[in-house]
Amino acid sequence: MTPRYPPEMLSVLDRPNSYIGKTVPRPNLDRLMQGRGLYVSDLELPRMAHVVFLRSPHAHARILGIEMSAARRMPGVIAIVSGSELASVITPWVGVLSHLKGLKSAPQSAIAIDRVCWQGEAVAAVVAASRAQAEDAAERVSVEYAALDAATDMLTALDPATPVIHGSLGDNLAFERNHDAGNVDQAFADADAVVEAEFVFGRHTGVTLEPRSVVADWNAGEARLTIYQGTQAPHMVQNIAALHLGLNESQVRVVCKDVGGSFGIKVHIYADEMATYALAKLLRRPIKFVADRVESFNTDIHARDHRCKGRIGVKRDGAITAFEIDDLTGIGPYSMYPRTSAIEANQVVNLVGGPYVTRNYRARARVVFQNKNVMCQYRAVGHPIACSVTESLVDLAAMKIGIDPIEIRRRNLIADDAYPCVSPSGLRFEQLSHHAALAKLVKMMEYDRLRAEQAILRAKNIHRGIGIASFIEVTNPSAAFYGVGGAKISSQDGVAVRLDAQGSVICQTSITEQGQGSESLTAQIVGSVLGVSMDRVRVVLGDTDNTPYGGGTWASRGAGIGGEAALQASKALRKNVLDVAAAILQSTPGELEIVNGRVVSVADGTPRIELSELARIVYFRPDTLPPGIQPELMATRHFVPREYPFAFTNGVQASWLEVDTDTGFVKLLKHWVVEDCGTIINPQLVDEQIRGGVVQGLGAALFEKCVYDERGQLTNANMVDYLVPMPGEMPDIDVGHVVSPTLESELGAKGAGEAGTAGAAAAVSNAVNDALMPLGVTITEIPLTPQVILTALGKI
Amino acid sequence: MKASAFAYARATSVSEALELLVVHGESAKVLSGGQSLMPAMNLRLISPEFIVDIGGLTELGGIAVERGILTIGALTRHVDLLKSTEIAAHAPLLTQAVAHIAHPAVRNRGTIGGSLAHADPASELPACMITLGAVIIARGPLGERRIAAEEFFRGIYETALLPHELLVAVELPVAPEGSTHFFHEFSRRRGDFAIVGLAAQAIVRDGQFVDLRLGFFAVGDRPLLAKSGSKLIGVPVTRTVLSEACSALSEELSPMGDQQATPAMRRYLAKILLARCVGSLLSRADLGLGGEE
Ligand SMILES: Cc1cc2nc3c(=O)[nH]c(=O)nc-3n(C[C@H](O)[C@H](O)[C@H](O)COP(=O)(O)OP(=O)(O)OC[C@H]3O[C@@H](n4cnc5c(N)ncnc54)[C@H](O)[C@@H]3O)c2cc1C
Repeated sequence: MTPRYPPEMLSVLDRPNSYIGKTVPRPNLDRLMQGRGLYVSDLELPRMAHVVFLRSPHAHARILGIEMSAARRMPGVIAIVSGSELASVITPWVGVLSHLKGLKSAPQSAIAIDRVCWQGEAVAAVVAASRAQAEDAAERVSVEYAALDAATDMLTALDPATPVIHGSLGDNLAFERNHDAGNVDQAFADADAVVEAEFVFGRHTGVTLEPRSVVADWNAGEARLTIYQGTQAPHMVQNIAALHLGLNESQVRVVCKDVGGSFGIKVHIYADEMATYALAKLLRRPIKFVADRVESFNTDIHARDHRCKGRIGVKRDGAITAFEIDDLTGIGPYSMYPRTSAIEANQVVNLVGGPYVTRNYRARARVVFQNKNVMCQYRAVGHPIACSVTESLVDLAAMKIGIDPIEIRRRNLIADDAYPCVSPSGLRFEQLSHHAALAKLVKMMEYDRLRAEQAILRAKNIHRGIGIASFIEVTNPSAAFYGVGGAKISSQDGVAVRLDAQGSVICQTSITEQGQGSESLTAQIVGSVLGVSMDRVRVVLGDTDNTPYGGGTWASRGAGIGGEAALQASKALRKNVLDVAAAILQSTPGELEIVNGRVVSVADGTPRIELSELARIVYFRPDTLPPGIQPELMATRHFVPREYPFAFTNGVQASWLEVDTDTGFVKLLKHWVVEDCGTIINPQLVDEQIRGGVVQGLGAALFEKCVYDERGQLTNANMVDYLVPMPGEMPDIDVGHVVSPTLESELGAKGAGEAGTAGAAAAVSNAVNDALMPLGVTITEIPLTPQVILTALGKI
Repeated sequence: MKASAFAYARATSVSEALELLVVHGESAKVLSGGQSLMPAMNLRLISPEFIVDIGGLTELGGIAVERGILTIGALTRHVDLLKSTEIAAHAPLLTQAVAHIAHPAVRNRGTIGGSLAHADPASELPACMITLGAVIIARGPLGERRIAAEEFFRGIYETALLPHELLVAVELPVAPEGSTHFFHEFSRRRGDFAIVGLAAQAIVRDGQFVDLRLGFFAVGDRPLLAKSGSKLIGVPVTRTVLSEACSALSEELSPMGDQQATPAMRRYLAKILLARCVGSLLSRADLGLGGEE
């Protein structure tokens, strides 16, 4: 661990009984385990109605007419609303941001008007007294469509023969970014070997346990809309809903109780959710929308549909001379709102080659429209693509010149003492630890022993492989991510901490909880800094009326940004408490300290006054305080990193697996991750974030893919055909850490939410190719299904 | 994803259930464990108007062995098959196979009668029935019929059952003295339906098959009792013999394509499975793993 403070200067985190760095149970655990969580689908409001969206069976079609009369007569039906009717209460939107130069998209409506652009787009809303009745009625709505040619294949999206999805945009190109750094041509010319490959990544999606859900309640008496929604970003939802419903933000309250998983799926604004808000306003009653599993597959954002050509130059001694990529991705018919669908490709350009020293890097990324479901940011946005391309190229280069995969990384990873520095794509790194992480990984996995075992087994026709993947991860984003492009998405977060009349603490934070432990880490920080036990800290989150303004939880920012705000707010409150205590005790704040819920003297720890007693005096007997003292037992602080646009983290993963070359099945035997997220607040939460992330990456590597046919029909929109990773196939995942805290905050925490997902698939692909090396086969496509592997082996 | 409205009756006797089926005809469906029926209804793939719940009929439960015959009531749940000592002793193939059906939550409710009546060609139990030479007992308003398992399965979700008949039990001859078995399926994840599966029972003497019954599943529209197995009986099994059997097997299959595998891949994997089965039953590592080498 890098010591942050000289030993004589203890940080607030090193106080007695600190919870920082300790595995403590999450405060919300009992409630959730006892089934007392409150999810949107649990919510029942008086006069609440249910909406079901009738969805297009066509990928691209003109809507000629909608016949609703038979459906309107069905039992329980309250209203059936078309896109044009809903347009009277809600305006369309365009998912672009100004810092993504040239990004274009077309206006999107809450419900399609005149034309549908993907299979699954809503064409009408059926509102009834129950979901079942609404589904019954939806079967009676008949829509007349005229099918249009669909543009489904991203490879041909820009061909002149392909229909242009939005005529007003001129073509199907949503965004293009080109980057050229160093002298790439010279670097390839200087290389002793150049290797190239084309990488194919399957489109997949997040599959949250709880589907997207909203209850929208328009109270005409107050002229106020309350939105109950499982979202990662309540204030963003507030802003957008108000903007498009013609309301002030003060007229919209967003309440986010328990959320059953999000992974980036629930950080966007979806057309059907917007329609639900609008229906509440139109029909003047609470409306509930809970996506079912089939519509989740058809409408939750997809991600990662990339084809990326890559090239690497390498010297005989292992020095990498250059990287070059040409990435293509298809994002569906609209850029998502408000974060846009250009971010993933942009990230790919940013991140390729990121761990390595070479300065020579050329990249092109193109983002095209297609008549498929929308694509947008999902856990580890762009990282798995960039990491897989980079790390595969590095392995291919190593193979070509005949050096070990660990060795080539040792020779090329940025040195741990080279920071601060800038990547070839212009990313600024404060402090990374690639070499320390790699060294730790090699030790944890007993690399040499595994290689020996692999050799012995190869002789017996057993094909095992080792795959290594170094990675960097974007965390703690500043306004550079969205704010600078004009999005009203806060990058700062706020925390208010208050001492109540019995000396307990109430803490309101603008970060949100979707299962990753935001509530726990906040309580740990507040308890530690204030000197009270965690069970006396109550954390309130997910309510725009009752928390400070802030961004929420996404892009691995909760701990690093929200955590620092909690730390600073707690420090401020502690100071206020000690000021009052000093006045009461006729002492000075410097002589006093709070430990275990009581004020003690610094010198010898003698108890001086209980916090409960102090609070009693402040709240009920202020008349006894010395004149001129105005206690403030509540403090609020906000935080956003200002110096670095992002706090980069780094790490390395390894996979050990066996390929059955007769059947094409891959058995994952073991997975290792060493990562550096700076200060670790709760080791168990960090490790489980890493493991969960790895599992999502392993899903991408072996199982998950949204399979579309050439007509743009999603053919596996169910849990039988779309394979999520399950425990039976998951290996043990060992997690290790290197700790390089960020100096931008006192807390020093960076993010850990996406590191696992960033590198897992790359490690697996590399391991499969390592296993297949004796057979002379390299596969650069995921998911690595038995069908793909058997085909590559020429067995079928 | 809500089922459309339906009427529901919980039968108190087999005869009442049969009466209800006669009255409601094709618009009625029997509800057993519900593990196939309910998902299909919630997806509105089917919308029966009347549900006859047979879940309370104790007369359809129970596992008994008598005079060399193992009788399993239709309502016997997968979990009961898995845990039954009678089944482990007299039809060990079944014990092994059931562990591959779905996950505990599904096995706790799904029933053998439901699985056989549902007749998913990728299901384990139908294949086991043909391998083990089961007789399926159906009861209708006019009495009982005994149907050989091989005659029972007629296509995808199609059986010899008539709309107003109930599957009440299956009968299996107890595993013969000295018999061995092999069960394996290729599935993407533990508990998934098989891409290709094989339930085999054999008698091996002096390194040769005296008997070999091979029940393949997920290789066509119904489980297949492979005739090519006979090529391996009573002869010393060499690589050539095995290879011939594999080729003959390929002729017998009419696999379909789906999300997980093309027909060609199924054909290929079935041969691998046969080779592995033979290697395992004869304890012959030399027969190699590859079906075609
Ligand atoms: C997630 C999941 C995974 C699964 N994986 C597998 C798997 O790997 N392998 C596998 O084999 N199965 C699998 N199944 C299906 C499961 O085994 C079912 O239990 C079985 O197919 C049907 O049994 P059931 O008792 O639930 O029947 P039900 O769902 O109640 O009924 C199924 C059909 O049979 C009819 N029926 C039921 N009982 C009778 C009877 N006694 N007489 C006449 N008709 C009757 C019903 O009318 C209905 O048409 C899975 C199911 C789920 C939900």
